[in-house]
Amino acid sequence: MTQLSGMTPLQLAIAGIWAILILASIVVFALKRLQPERDHSELVSRTVSWWGMIALFTAAFLLSHTLSIVLFALVSFLAFKEYLSMIPTRRADRRVLFWAYLSIPVQYYWVADGWYGMFAVFIPVYMFLFLPFAMLLSQQTEGFLKAVGTLNWGLMLCVFSLNHAAFLLVLPVTGNTDPQAGAGLLLYLVFLTQFNDVAQYTWGRLFGSKPIVPVVSPKKTWEGFLGGLLTTTVVAVLVAPLVTPFDWQQAAASGLMIAAAGFIGDITVSAVKRDLGVKDTGSLIPGHGGIMDRIDSLTFTAPLFFHFVRYFHA
Amino acid sequence: MTRGLQILFFLAARIVVLFVLGLNVRRREWLPEHGPAVIVANHNSHLDTLVLMCLLPLSKLHLLRPVAAADYFLANRAMAWFSLNILRIIPIVRKPGERKEGAPGADPLAECHAALAAGEILILFPEGSRGEPEKMAALKKGIAHLAEKNPDAPVVPVFTHGLGKALPKGSFLLVPFFCDIFVGEPIRWPGDRAAFMEMLANRFAALAAEKAFAPWE
Repeated sequence: MTQLSGMTPLQLAIAGIWAILILASIVVFALKRLQPERDHSELVSRTVSWWGMIALFTAAFLLSHTLSIVLFALVSFLAFKEYLSMIPTRRADRRVLFWAYLSIPVQYYWVADGWYGMFAVFIPVYMFLFLPFAMLLSQQTEGFLKAVGTLNWGLMLCVFSLNHAAFLLVLPVTGNTDPQAGAGLLLYLVFLTQFNDVAQYTWGRLFGSKPIVPVVSPKKTWEGFLGGLLTTTVVAVLVAPLVTPFDWQQAAASGLMIAAAGFIGDITVSAVKRDLGVKDTGSLIPGHGGIMDRIDSLTFTAPLFFHFVRYFHA
Repeated sequence: MTRGLQILFFLAARIVVLFVLGLNVRRREWLPEHGPAVIVANHNSHLDTLVLMCLLPLSKLHLLRPVAAADYFLANRAMAWFSLNILRIIPIVRKPGERKEGAPGADPLAECHAALAAGEILILFPEGSRGEPEKMAALKKGIAHLAEKNPDAPVVPVFTHGLGKALPKGSFLLVPFFCDIFVGEPIRWPGDRAAFMEMLANRFAALAAEKAFAPWE
């Protein structure tokens, strides 16, 4: 399989993703033609945005590890900026927010450096302790707890969680000297997470009737969730030999984990949006909403998948 | 030479505005494509002028003339050179008592009329100063006089939110926030000044109510 048309398994996997994208685009185009009376504009702009995102990701992936780490740092920055723009903030905390932003390049530097010990504690220990201290210096105690709580939560979600995806690139995998081993795992995680989003959405649209948490997200149904879980797990087992060191049981477990955690990440961000009374987290990605709307599931799957890999293979 | 520097400066400004801040622009198509026209906006931050100037394509940059306070923008020689050659402001002396015949900004309305007659696009902040960030103050009436004398120039209201959070008055630390830019329907001269001011205030009130902004205090 690895010798197919002289491509590495990783390149083959990326080619496969493009094949799916092209196929999906043809389906969308056909739908537009066959049902001209229905409004497909959101589906079309969603698909166009997928082209942009996959192109960006492919370019970074094929060019260099450093570039991929920088791309993830940018995604963290945009997500964190979106988060801070939609939550209530205090004027007195401007300086503290600036420090929180500065932690993004630092946290991603630990990844580029491959320093696991620092990567694992910088935000959850050092920033966690530093931010409330920086905040109390303004001596504005009204709303202090809420301000420091929301800031830390956003930093954990948008920066620390997502950061785990990038660390897969530099994680030494036992018995594997292939420098692209990490890239394969990252591709596996991101692909399955996004695939699961689309699968749950599609199953839900086709057969969904019983909502799981209707108050938080009325469109998330048991049919969508279970259909997505099953499809994602099957795909996880099928593509695992190409880009991961997993046996089929591990592949199935990671498929189940990604599908379940992705769902939970999705509804968690939905709960935040409902609390704030907004529909989307932003307007950066046409058809999808904000960047947090696109990576909400990844913020939950990334750290879980990372530690799964680390436990079994590092 | 200065034109080249101006384009360079605004290219850099665009990168900062689009990447560090990030704009959510609604109804960009209502912005004027040519002069004479007046863009009026609420004023929260030094970034306002810069961001509004970045909303139009670079090819329109030579048409843009922000109207800005002489006491601040002409405060020293370097600042004055930058304001007059790169931002290409029309200076205005805010306190009528301090206007000196022949000095820059002495007859701001006359310069505005001349700019509009030459087909330029004015950028004006009718609140007069940046004031309290993200709070709108009463609109000053100078804009009505300007509109009356130039009934052919559409007045385009633009409401911005977030720039006062990113860089409020009195601060030099730029903190990234996504900013909302809501363009309102251009106002045609209605026939009298009171009606004009009422229309303008109503447009701004409607734009400000378009979204529930995250609390900031």
